[in-house]
Amino acid sequence: MQIHDKPTLKAEARNLNFYYGEAKALKGINMPIYDKKVTALIGPSGCGKSTYLRSFNRMHDLYPGNRYEGEIRFFPDNTNLLSPEVDPIEVRMRVGMVFQKPNPFPKTIYENVAYGLRVRGENNKRALDDKVEHALRGAAIWDEVKDRLQDMAPNLSGGQQQRLCIARALATDPELLLFDEPTSALDPIATGAIEELVHELKKRVTILIVTHNMQQAARVSDYTAYMYLGELIEFGKTDEIFIKPQDKRTEDYITGRMG
Amino acid sequence: MNESQHLSSQFDEELNRLRTHVLQMGGLVETQVSAAIEAYSTGEIASVKSIVETDRKVNELEKAIDDDCAHIIAKRQPTASDLRLILGISKIVTDLERAGDEAKKIAKGVRRIYENGHLPGQYGVGIRHLAEAALAMVRRALDAFARLDTPQAADVIRADTDVDAEFKSIIRQLITHMMEDPRTITTSIDIIWIARAIERIGDHAKNISEQVVYVVEGRDIRHTKEKVQ
Repeated sequence: MQIHDKPTLKAEARNLNFYYGEAKALKGINMPIYDKKVTALIGPSGCGKSTYLRSFNRMHDLYPGNRYEGEIRFFPDNTNLLSPEVDPIEVRMRVGMVFQKPNPFPKTIYENVAYGLRVRGENNKRALDDKVEHALRGAAIWDEVKDRLQDMAPNLSGGQQQRLCIARALATDPELLLFDEPTSALDPIATGAIEELVHELKKRVTILIVTHNMQQAARVSDYTAYMYLGELIEFGKTDEIFIKPQDKRTEDYITGRMG
Repeated sequence: MNESQHLSSQFDEELNRLRTHVLQMGGLVETQVSAAIEAYSTGEIASVKSIVETDRKVNELEKAIDDDCAHIIAKRQPTASDLRLILGISKIVTDLERAGDEAKKIAKGVRRIYENGHLPGQYGVGIRHLAEAALAMVRRALDAFARLDTPQAADVIRADTDVDAEFKSIIRQLITHMMEDPRTITTSIDIIWIARAIERIGDHAKNISEQVVYVVEGRDIRHTKEKVQ
């Protein structure tokens, strides 16, 4: 099936290099991220896909010795997310992240979602209530938790915790959501719920997802990027990558062959 | 097409087995077609029975191969060239099975003609030549599949035009026969059915070749004027 709509750019990596100290983990990545689409990053362990993902919200800034080169342009304002003049806190408001293992704060369900809003300076009770509900609904978990918002978040099931983390990320109304293997710690039912949610979320937010599960990439994404040894090998529409990849290395990886 | 090995050697074995079964099935269909042509020329209508029996084996193989395809899809979730191979095979076996059915129709038509005491050779319309061309198409289509050889597949696709033209010429000759001598109508119509079946066999060989192009290159050239290399 052809995708006829012309996607608009949400972000674009331009000659992106990244170094962990001396080790070069990303090598000259040039890649578009399209607005309100799901882009999957696939590749074997150590290929740099998580490193790449984390660059989008400046996660690497937390460790000394890490270094970026090149740019990640963010649209429509054409900001370079990696520029030292750009405040990483501001970046993280616009670019949310959901991790492999659900990591709710040891607080109540309500406070987990409200936290980011409070940091942002929102203290009005009614506004907080509204936004928490909106975020929980957006993460398809509202019905399950609405009667126990004051329960401790770590008491939820793994799948619920993960959806709570998605709600927490949604609360600040991000433009781009990063998912780092969001379902690898979940059972197939909870995984299905998250995939369904990703499908809903892309109506309002752009999504970049790292997954080891190739079928998941095929199911949830519109575009797929295959990375190997820090390089972007192939980027294209998911339908085309999984039926007729252009590069032999992509083909070997997705068909489960040795390199 | 990817010739490297899968990490799962079992998957490699499953795909190899699948390919082997397709070629086995193709071999049976070739035998059917070639026996049907022989019967047309020689009047050996005893072979009709064996053609019909072979058809049962062909049908069984079609079902077995489709079943294997379903199992591989369910177990392995194949992608890219593996996926195209399995989709291609699933269509190729349909065409092979139908080519087998056409061979059976030829055989039955031949039996009817000889049982009525007629000799089709006397009509001299070039059925044998048409049949050999179609049979060659089937052989080469299978060969193209076995070797994943797209230039060969392209040759087969081009050859179909000749077979179609020859078929039309046969029909014109038979119409002339029937107009000149109405006593030839019954046999002429039987021969038309046979020619039609042969022409269809050529079509199936062409379809198989189109699938070979899809499997190898990922291009779907059915119903297009797209040129094959």
